[in-house]
Amino acid sequence: MSFEFQDVGKPKAEVAARRVMERVSGVDITPHFCRIEDKPLDFYSDFSIIVLGLDSIEARSYINAVACGFLEYDSDDNPREETVKPMVDGGTEGFKGHARIIVPGTTPCFECTIWLFPPQVKFPLCTLAETPRNAAHCIEYAHLIKWDEVHGKKSFDPDNPEDMQWVYSEAVKRAELFGIQGVTYSLTQGVVKNIIPAIASTNAIISAACALETLKIVSGCSKTLSNYLTYNGVEGLHTKVTEFVRDKDCLVCGPGVLIELEKSVTLKKFIDQLEDHPRLLLTKVSVTHRGNNLYMRAPPVLEEMTRSNLELPLFDLMGGIPKDIINVNGMAGKGDGKQSCLRKLRVVFKGVDGISDIDMAGGA
Amino acid sequence: MAEPKTKYDRQLRIWGEQGQTALEKSSICLLNCGPTGSETLKNLVLGGVGSITVVDGSKVEIGDLGNNYFVDESSVGESKAKTVCAFLQELNDAVKAKFIEEYPEALIDSNPSFFSQFTLVVATQLVEDSMVKLDRICRDANVMLIFARSYGLTGFVRISVKEHAVIESKPDHFLDDLRLNDPWPELKSFAETYDLDTPDPVVHKHTPYVIILIKIAEEWAKNHNGNLPSTREEKREFKDLLKSKMIASDEDNYKEAIEASFKLFAPRGISPSIQQIINDNCAEVNSNSTDFWVLVAALKEFIANEGGGEAPLEGSIPDMTSSTELYVNLQKIYQAKAEADFLVMEQRVKKLLKKIGRDPDSISKATIKSFCKNARKVKICRYRLIEDEYNTPVQLELQKYLTDEDYSIAVGFYILLRAVDRFAANYNSFPGQLEGEMDEEISRLKTTAVTLLGDLGCNGSTLTEDLINEMCRYGGAELLAVASFIGGIASQEVIKLITRQFVPMCGTFIFNGIDHKSQLLLL
Repeated sequence: MSFEFQDVGKPKAEVAARRVMERVSGVDITPHFCRIEDKPLDFYSDFSIIVLGLDSIEARSYINAVACGFLEYDSDDNPREETVKPMVDGGTEGFKGHARIIVPGTTPCFECTIWLFPPQVKFPLCTLAETPRNAAHCIEYAHLIKWDEVHGKKSFDPDNPEDMQWVYSEAVKRAELFGIQGVTYSLTQGVVKNIIPAIASTNAIISAACALETLKIVSGCSKTLSNYLTYNGVEGLHTKVTEFVRDKDCLVCGPGVLIELEKSVTLKKFIDQLEDHPRLLLTKVSVTHRGNNLYMRAPPVLEEMTRSNLELPLFDLMGGIPKDIINVNGMAGKGDGKQSCLRKLRVVFKGVDGISDIDMAGGA
Repeated sequence: MAEPKTKYDRQLRIWGEQGQTALEKSSICLLNCGPTGSETLKNLVLGGVGSITVVDGSKVEIGDLGNNYFVDESSVGESKAKTVCAFLQELNDAVKAKFIEEYPEALIDSNPSFFSQFTLVVATQLVEDSMVKLDRICRDANVMLIFARSYGLTGFVRISVKEHAVIESKPDHFLDDLRLNDPWPELKSFAETYDLDTPDPVVHKHTPYVIILIKIAEEWAKNHNGNLPSTREEKREFKDLLKSKMIASDEDNYKEAIEASFKLFAPRGISPSIQQIINDNCAEVNSNSTDFWVLVAALKEFIANEGGGEAPLEGSIPDMTSSTELYVNLQKIYQAKAEADFLVMEQRVKKLLKKIGRDPDSISKATIKSFCKNARKVKICRYRLIEDEYNTPVQLELQKYLTDEDYSIAVGFYILLRAVDRFAANYNSFPGQLEGEMDEEISRLKTTAVTLLGDLGCNGSTLTEDLINEMCRYGGAELLAVASFIGGIASQEVIKLITRQFVPMCGTFIFNGIDHKSQLLLL
């Protein structure tokens, strides 16, 4: 509601910040017009709470991993309070929405309950190519198959009206060929851009719930939502609170996967091990330890600066301590399902300061 | 000005151009433009309602700057209605925004006919006495009314409309209207032209599950005295039978048939909720009947005659694995039957209209068509007068809420939200508003609440000390985050009422801002 017609095309963050400051005196808002991934991690560590207005699973996963990355556990595996960075998250679709509180180490994190967000259904390519049955099939054929056939390497730009128009008219042709009805320009945009219908009132309900929970967490004026609220206004009005439980073995908010190493293992060998580790399956790994870049795959300048570390023993790079937390960043998963992720690992070196193989067997 | 189609793209995908037109034709009156009122209106202005009229007699005070986004420092001392109206106008220049600098309570007493010009009145932060009066006025003038109130970490939303009929209820999940257990002759003979035992594997894996299920059901019925599977054991056997017909493990159509077999097992005929609607007294139509009830009367006749116990066919089928040709042909079979059912309904509607002395063409084809398509999903919502609810709440429900742990906080807030108005009528302020008298106010509120419970026929019921203390702690404060939530809910319901799409809530929504365990109370 902070935007007006003359604002179209301007950075949302800047317009919203200016509008709110104009209306409410004494409030200080710093806009950052950038991708959330562009900020260094310590940018996020400066805040006491992070409120998410994100629109994708990937973006939520990313920030969740960042916030959980700050979390440290004490020797009894209880979260250290000063390292807990709570998040308040919300999202809407049409007349439905949800709001939740994530307190890393206490409530489930985004990754613990990732199953709440089922993967988007995609049409099989053979349906698009051979047996289209509805308008969406014709649109996706034009968008995913015909576009590449005709345009070769030029990639489709969903924000370019000419590209959209082209897909629309190809979809119409295909629909006519097969006697299928219902291809419209609006549907074409909806299918191609995967537009989630949104209305002001649902957004208001969910953002109000998020704001209220944030205020309660910050002020301590009342107990808070525990821990997941769903709203559905399609048929009557239904609100429901569900108390989800943490996945104790969560790779993101748990104490971290335990990795046992010989003192002599080099950084390179360590990185190679992560690729084969059954719970990690990490490729293209970058490694940091207590804020120090041990190896960074990008940008090229950093890669060159850290490359020489690869041949050094990890034990030495970590300052010769028997065990500590290491943060790695890489691609997880197999085949097409790969996505960028942050992981926290507990590295323990064998035979240092009394830690023996026997102790490890009991502790792991 | 932005092109409306682009500006409203996201919401047009939900309620379509018809819904948008209904919004654009509507005129909304807001009573009191504190945070609850202005947050409600914000969502309606963004949604593109035709006009808003803001009624508030107060001036902007310093205190308003802390909880109302639609006033600013420069407006202190100005009319609040004027200020809020101007800021709301900034959000959408297509909306006609007007204001009236007058207290709603005074307007309710002095000029009740004022309200009859509006499509809908949003009444916020009114005390009980004014709510009851306004409710009567709007009910008599046939103006839709919605109450919204924020109070500390609680509040409520309550619709008051005599009757709201919904044709396009657009439920999320609804059984497809496939008639697998009762195929009409054309569908049956269409299925007969296909041979499930075809030797061609490509044809075999592209036969849609509708045809598979109809044919296998027929085969089953032949061996089971004409009956379809009904017991759990039979259903399992039926699925095994389907499985045995697969000739390759990658036949998605057969997997879909197994998954969709519950659609075959579903009972024939109409649902209890539709049964209830056609049995309603209003389905006996006369010259005063609304279009909706004339359509219901026609539906009732259709079900009893041509429909053979079924409503008109919806006419669309879900996507399913199939060759294009078969799928398109199948679609045409369903569309043709839906069209035939519509034509029968149309004749029945015309006859009924004639019978009750109305122009036989006074209900449009488009309306009849939409009614036929949604006949299994139509809904009726009715709301008691506030006065009736407050004087004689539904005892059975009230007792249930008072003893049910899930409802105890919500019903406690319900009682206390009423008790604070009685308190204010006696002591000229809300409990906890005056400094230094907290203990006394708590015991006063408790006495008031106990008396109220007694008046409601609930002698012996008590509220927890914690909740009474909590209510006093609020001191009548209107918090922006709570107001925004309550306003969001209120505006959502307004949109459903005006577009006549989706189903508005029943009863009173009691907001619980402590742990969000809010409830709807049907009193």
